[in-house]
Amino acid sequence: MHDVTYLRPTDLKDAVQLYRTTPGCRPLAGGTDLIVMLHARTLRPPPRAVLDVWSLLELKGVRRTQGMLEIGAAESYTGIIRSRDAQEHVPALVAAARTIGAAQIQNRGTLGGNLANASPAGDTLPVLLAYDAVVVTDRRSIPIDQFFTGYRKTALQADELIVAVRMPLGRRVVFRKVGTRAAQAISKVVTAVSRSPARVAIGSVAEVPLRARRAEAALERGDMEGAIAAVADDIRPIDDVRSTAAYRRTVTQNVLRELLSVKPAL
Amino acid sequence: MCPAPVTAVGRSVPRREGADKVTGRARYTDDITVQGAWSGRTIRSTIARGAIRSITLDPAFDWSRVVVVTADDIPGDNVVQLIREDQPVLAPRGGEIKHKEEPILLLAASDRATLEEAATHVRIEYELANPVFEIGSATEVFSTVEITKGDVASVERTADLVVEREFRVGLQEQLYIEPQGAIALPEADGAFRVVGSLQCPYYVHRALKRALKLTDQQAIVVQAETGGGFGGKEEYPSIVAVHAALLARKAGRPVRLIYDRHEDLAATTKRHPGVIRHRTGVKKDGTLVFQDIEIVLDGGAYCTLTPVVLSRAAIHAAGAYSCPNVRIRARAVATNTPPNGAFRGFGAPQSLFAAELMVEHVAEQLGGGVSSVDLRRKWMLRLGDTTATGQVLTESVGSELVLDAALKAATTFQPSNIPTVRRGRGLSLVFHGSGFTGSGEKKLSGTIAMEALADGTFRILTASTEIGQGTKTIFCQLAADALGVPLERVTIAPQDTSLVPDSGPTVASRTAMIVGRLVQEAAAEIKQRLQRERPPLRVDKSYIQPDSIHWDEATYRGDAYPVYAWACTIADVDVDTTTGEVRVTDLVTAVDCGKALHPVMAEGQIEGGCLQAVGWATIEEIKMKDGGYQNDRLATYLIPTALDAPRIRTVLIENPYSRGPFGAKGIGELPMDGPAPAVIAAIHDATGVWLDEVPATPEKVLAALNGAQRREAAQS
Amino acid sequence: MTVRFTLNGVPVSVECAGSRRLLDTLRGDLGKTGTKEGCGEGECGACSVLIDGEVVDSCLVAVGQVEGRNVLTVEGLAGPDGTLSRLQQAFIEHGAAQCGICTPGMLLAAHVLLQRTIRPSAADVREGLAGNLCRCTGYTKIIEAVLSCTT
Repeated sequence: MHDVTYLRPTDLKDAVQLYRTTPGCRPLAGGTDLIVMLHARTLRPPPRAVLDVWSLLELKGVRRTQGMLEIGAAESYTGIIRSRDAQEHVPALVAAARTIGAAQIQNRGTLGGNLANASPAGDTLPVLLAYDAVVVTDRRSIPIDQFFTGYRKTALQADELIVAVRMPLGRRVVFRKVGTRAAQAISKVVTAVSRSPARVAIGSVAEVPLRARRAEAALERGDMEGAIAAVADDIRPIDDVRSTAAYRRTVTQNVLRELLSVKPAL
Repeated sequence: MCPAPVTAVGRSVPRREGADKVTGRARYTDDITVQGAWSGRTIRSTIARGAIRSITLDPAFDWSRVVVVTADDIPGDNVVQLIREDQPVLAPRGGEIKHKEEPILLLAASDRATLEEAATHVRIEYELANPVFEIGSATEVFSTVEITKGDVASVERTADLVVEREFRVGLQEQLYIEPQGAIALPEADGAFRVVGSLQCPYYVHRALKRALKLTDQQAIVVQAETGGGFGGKEEYPSIVAVHAALLARKAGRPVRLIYDRHEDLAATTKRHPGVIRHRTGVKKDGTLVFQDIEIVLDGGAYCTLTPVVLSRAAIHAAGAYSCPNVRIRARAVATNTPPNGAFRGFGAPQSLFAAELMVEHVAEQLGGGVSSVDLRRKWMLRLGDTTATGQVLTESVGSELVLDAALKAATTFQPSNIPTVRRGRGLSLVFHGSGFTGSGEKKLSGTIAMEALADGTFRILTASTEIGQGTKTIFCQLAADALGVPLERVTIAPQDTSLVPDSGPTVASRTAMIVGRLVQEAAAEIKQRLQRERPPLRVDKSYIQPDSIHWDEATYRGDAYPVYAWACTIADVDVDTTTGEVRVTDLVTAVDCGKALHPVMAEGQIEGGCLQAVGWATIEEIKMKDGGYQNDRLATYLIPTALDAPRIRTVLIENPYSRGPFGAKGIGELPMDGPAPAVIAAIHDATGVWLDEVPATPEKVLAALNGAQRREAAQS
Repeated sequence: MTVRFTLNGVPVSVECAGSRRLLDTLRGDLGKTGTKEGCGEGECGACSVLIDGEVVDSCLVAVGQVEGRNVLTVEGLAGPDGTLSRLQQAFIEHGAAQCGICTPGMLLAAHVLLQRTIRPSAADVREGLAGNLCRCTGYTKIIEAVLSCTT
């Protein structure tokens, strides 16, 4: 275990203040990634403190606001799955949340954590891309397609806290995760698609969760076969312990074909 | 007059340690608190092959807080006591490194932080050598087996059809949910007590005596509650225990050596991967003419139990079939990968996988409406038939019983109604020898004892361990009925080598059948003696090989096993053509177990074994990189969850074996044999493609589907 | 720091780093060794406990995060007089515990499932237990045991 100071802020204002003034501090929400890394001492540089935002009321809840659906950064996946508003307005996000780990992970995992961790395999991230989500921080709003800047890198400043995620209402998005196992699986390919506007967002096929722009352009023209062909050029899959580049390429195309012929659930 | 006691055998009585397990009271190794114990850890090689040039302890670090053990600190022989003397307890300075994760140095400290810190201050330099990773390029042979029946060469030309195929089987991790661990405590008179998670107390006992130069009395091995074994805690715990004891010896205090999951996955033994080639000759009507089989297993860097695994693989290689001419040539080779070892089935799942798929291939190529089930009926070993080793099956041959029962229990097949999902069904028929191979039981002569105590209770003394399979419960049931007393009056002593005799290891589907029979016999003798004597009484019972069992080790001819258990498995699969993912949706297995001593536990064993086999067949994959396993965490080594597991239905068939306790045969390993070939056959049934290898990962299935598609396109 | 919470209905107070894993506090500081460590990364569920009635992997929780909360471990499932719960009894009767190492976590996941879902189907049970790996049973007996508690 890294030897770190545990900080429990009283509210968001306190959290922002502590985060700005504590060097080497990492925000802690459900801990599904951070506690593992702390225990295994794999964080570089080693953190000196954790800021526990899990219980901050300002970071919880699912609500409608300004014609958008807003989900608190520290709301659990279970909270999202159980939310009537989420089920009604962002069913693809609910579907994605249900594929994450199993009950134990869904009870602790959060959108804020998924975003900050910025794993290319983050299960909700393609969905957020397909919804054109906006990441709301303590100081600004960041459009999701500008959020992922490199392998596990984000547009967040060193002392910037994610507060919430907003998504437009009424967009039809479909989703499929491919991950070998029915539960407790890290995705090998995770795809979210919106027909209008055309969004094809895919995870685990590049160093970041990405928007397949060529496929989107083809889709915009109504050229579905063109989109399926083009998506192969949009992605940059690799061979790793979970799968192969060749498999990811084929499955990305197969899944896109399947998702384009599937009627959205909304 | 007391009413006659209700018999215990055949009833699913509560598990002996069940209440402890559901309340959290059961104490597994890491749950045991030992005052003043330090924590240990193992420093391992980072290269696959070479020599240790130097070991440097960073002088900037305060080593006074840490105990360091190297090969120089081993008082006895630097050998892990097993079949061959090839594996060192710790690789010595200047000595050869043969695989990644080979233990070199041991550390212990009072707290984990110091231990972790110390580990970063050890520097090991190596002289690199060229490693061998592939079976094909291996030159060192651990062992060979040749089995000959009839004369393949002279009948080859008489076959109307000869089918040749090559099969591949992958590494598999046992994945007991409790990782390896041991606690060593120095005691008076130079003794060491080791408490650990293990299957075979006397294996560990022998290993401790050898490496630490201890007498029988100075080495005390106690099994803690053990969270699963599956063979993974057969031979490996000897290493953990010896390491812990060496640290405790040098530290002069108790030391805990508990592996975390990563270390357990990276360093401990796996199922032997291999390549199996079959050539089968048949007549036009399907009559079996010859089977020519070649098996190559990868033993990894050290011998461990490989020759015995190879032996079981070879003996089961012809499958549950009667063939007049059989040639089986098997060899196990060395590579610079972590040693492979015992794992449920012990080589038989590998060779039976190939044998069962061969039936499918022959049926397919014969055509003419002959199904693989028809062929199995035609070929199957029946009462009076002779196996590949020349063993005449004289009793309890359940081949036809299990085939009929499984077919009867299978549901009506429903094709998939999802366009991207194809459904298929596959079947397999297997047998598995119960007990040690050949003269194993005779040489071992396992011993148990039973005591009638003055308070009217009875105590079983055995080194056979409870690892989840129900030893404690079943032995008490057997004893109670043989004594004619209520179950509550029978207890079982702790598995502690200072208390119990050596009943042999808890392996090889031998515990219920071989050791259980000794329990039954001892109880019967006690009962008889109590008619004229008063307690306390003690009876010791050792295994005596019946005169009717003959085995020739040199020629591999004769009675390879006392008896066989039989199983027929039917698997339904859904293959997702979008992703290549295979979901086993339904699995029926009919098992001839002789007698179900405890039906719920028997079913539980079978269902668990079936799922372990389904995992091996579908998703449990280990990829190698530079001689190490890439899948060295639970996030990357995937086993089936409750959502992945099929509905498993077990049909128990009681077809008694005269020398088994109440007719029982060993079935611990059998369920590992059948599901993999049934699943691969089902994938073929669903998609028309043959994989001939496990695991059939989505990557391989999709590639095969695409290959078939391309071939079709090219033909049209 | 001092962390105060309720453990199996009893208030407890522990002196330790707030970032320490709840699992280590339960096992090491409080002697509740019924909670097992199988992987240390949230994959196996052997360390499952309930926090305010929700099942979590205690290897993923910092102990500071349970300040003021209710934690239930396997030791808290039986009645105060030691009477086994219906679910614990069912696990014994149906052979749902073999080696037993996954059993505490499995029981807690099943306990929550039975509280949250009225008349769960076999599919519900499979989903509810998907975060708890078992290598002995093939899950069949576990699912039977849980379903037997729904009537």
